[in-house]
Amino acid sequence: MLAAARALTTPLLPDDYIELMNPMWTTRELRGEIVDIRPETEDTSTIVIRPSAKWLGHWPGQYLRIGVEIDGRRHWRAYSLTSDPNHPDGLISVTVKHVPEGKLSPYFTRKAEIGTMVFLGGVEGEFRLPYPRPEKLLFISAGSGITPVWAMLRDLAESGALGDAKHVHCCTGPDDFIFGETLRALCEGTDGYDLSEHHSKDESDHFTTDHLEQLVPDWRERETFLSGPPAMIDAFKEHWEEEGDPDRLHLERFQPVIGGEGAKAVGEGGTVRFRVTEVEGECDGKTPILECGENAGAKLPFGCRMGICHTCVGKLEHGQVRDLRTGEVHGEGGQMIRTCVNAPEGHVEIAL
Amino acid sequence: MTGAPADMENPLHRLTDEQIDEIGKEFQAIHDEVYEDLGERDAVYIRSIIQFHRRLAALSRVVLMASRYKPAWVLGTAGLSTAKIIENMEIGHNVMHGQWDWMNDPYIHSSTWDWDTASPASAWKHSHNYVHHTFTNVVGKDHDVGYEIMRVDPSQKWYPHYLLQPFYNVLLMAFFEWGVAVHDLDFEAIRTGKKPKSQVKDELKEIGRKARRQIVKDYIAFPALSGPKGWKATLAANFTANIVRNVWSNAIIFCGHFPDQAYTFTEEEGADDRPGAWYVRQLIGAANIDGGPFFHFMSGNLSFQVEHHLYPDLPSSRYQEIAPRVKDICERYGLPYNTGPFRRQWGSVQRTLVRLAFPGGKPRKKAPPYEAPAPAVEGNGGAPDGNGRATTERVLASFP
Repeated sequence: MLAAARALTTPLLPDDYIELMNPMWTTRELRGEIVDIRPETEDTSTIVIRPSAKWLGHWPGQYLRIGVEIDGRRHWRAYSLTSDPNHPDGLISVTVKHVPEGKLSPYFTRKAEIGTMVFLGGVEGEFRLPYPRPEKLLFISAGSGITPVWAMLRDLAESGALGDAKHVHCCTGPDDFIFGETLRALCEGTDGYDLSEHHSKDESDHFTTDHLEQLVPDWRERETFLSGPPAMIDAFKEHWEEEGDPDRLHLERFQPVIGGEGAKAVGEGGTVRFRVTEVEGECDGKTPILECGENAGAKLPFGCRMGICHTCVGKLEHGQVRDLRTGEVHGEGGQMIRTCVNAPEGHVEIAL
Repeated sequence: MTGAPADMENPLHRLTDEQIDEIGKEFQAIHDEVYEDLGERDAVYIRSIIQFHRRLAALSRVVLMASRYKPAWVLGTAGLSTAKIIENMEIGHNVMHGQWDWMNDPYIHSSTWDWDTASPASAWKHSHNYVHHTFTNVVGKDHDVGYEIMRVDPSQKWYPHYLLQPFYNVLLMAFFEWGVAVHDLDFEAIRTGKKPKSQVKDELKEIGRKARRQIVKDYIAFPALSGPKGWKATLAANFTANIVRNVWSNAIIFCGHFPDQAYTFTEEEGADDRPGAWYVRQLIGAANIDGGPFFHFMSGNLSFQVEHHLYPDLPSSRYQEIAPRVKDICERYGLPYNTGPFRRQWGSVQRTLVRLAFPGGKPRKKAPPYEAPAPAVEGNGGAPDGNGRATTERVLASFP
């Protein structure tokens, strides 16, 4: 049936025509419709989405890549899923904190409307609870780093598996605590769950490992889940490596690490892995990815080598690149880039 | 084919090194400014054109199910021809150039798009986007100069088989898509061994696969849907639509580089890799066609061949806006801006094809440096003009 329909639509697919009737009927990519936008705090909203196909589930703590179109361009970001994997209506949600200089978060918190269509990428992430459930748990979250932790806590509470769980959450004040009300109520009514809040306005009184020693002296015995900004993660990771068991520390860096703060005209370069040709190469900040691959022996599509003909484009699967013409660092997973005018910025993987 | 003396009248030789550098910067600045400005309205444009094409194609196919009735045949054939032209020219050619890659939409992207024609996307992208657009009109390097079977420039060596050129030209018009598919194989590269046999085999297989699908669709599946009484009429309609599309795209494309005004270049001239020199070669190696908005749309904006060659990766819908700025550069540097009405451009191409079938021939007279016409006498050269109001204003303004 499908083959017969294809014979009529070639070189297009039947989907290309079905989509004309309703964009949600496409089977080629997962899309979603925003059905609710719930404010959580002053600068945070939960975006509830109805996927275009049956939701196949996820593990609490995992994140989802979401694409939206802004000014004609499609952008992708990853957000932790804050919805129940078994939502009765098959809805999913992410919870987004407004970052003024960001691209997507202002869109979700200020511009998006009910009915807006979004694109849904894959569910990913190793930040999730192990089986069997550990007896003693510790959660440390900061700011919007609460989102994956919230998903885990709700799952544990629903299945009665909280056991002995301690949770320290850091934010600027009581009103800034995303899901604060619900978690405080959970703490009141549940024996196994102990919540502490650490409020700090600036770096001088941030939550440190010293605070932890006082608050949770038995942290070494606990399976720990940590989700917060990079500086905090680095400090705690070091502490676990020196004084505890790093295998028992699970991390989520909710801000991706991008090589090199502050724009430099020429980058540091990096390593490139070409996934299709299975070649790996190294290049400095001045060498385009195309040349780097060719030097490493990969046979890659090439054309004008000056950024005009688009023969050399490849899908960026991982990492970011620097445009050698403008010095601008760009790239999101899934974006098509011209390998002849971009250099890697750190480790990069390309589907070529 | 090499060895022909460089044409010293070529504006390339009149410009100083400083001017070449300045021109390069000026053209690049226009590109960067427009690229920066791309956004919502452009995305809406291409999506609505794609949607329009699909609706028109689907509707025409439905109408053609009743093709045994004359009015349905005429309507369906006209609709399908139009749809095929839009699909090939304003959509396919431009999407595969990467003009819409900036949207980051995986389905409107040069790396994933395929078009409704015999030529497989990857082979076409190599021969067109890379070879033709990088070495435009460099005789001996740009295989689109005569498509390796025609003599369109006097500096090409004459062979007796060119005597037949006026005849096979007519065949090429009718079956242009197949000509392009075979041309993309790149016989030069096969003969010199630059293209390995294994790749030629793969490409032939790919052409075969595409050809089979095209034939099944237009000549078996859709005729079958018209039933035992209508299949012949539908088959004829589909055949006609393909021919109409082929003749039209052939005409527009031949008007892009082969009218008298367009310059060709020697390999030495083509080897100058300064950005400014590349821009000047694009500018004077291409020719536009005057016309109104509908004409430009139906030609996939290749009636702005000059702007397309300067900026192959900018959306076609922007060429008309860029044109005045290109003319301004032409005026300030004393460069020609090649354009003319369709009849004149096409006529000069046909004249050349007949003349150069025989040995000899001289380069034709080129256009003088561009001068902005006084507003009152600015004409559109008699080509159909869809912008009626502007035309009326011009006519009124010309009265004393």
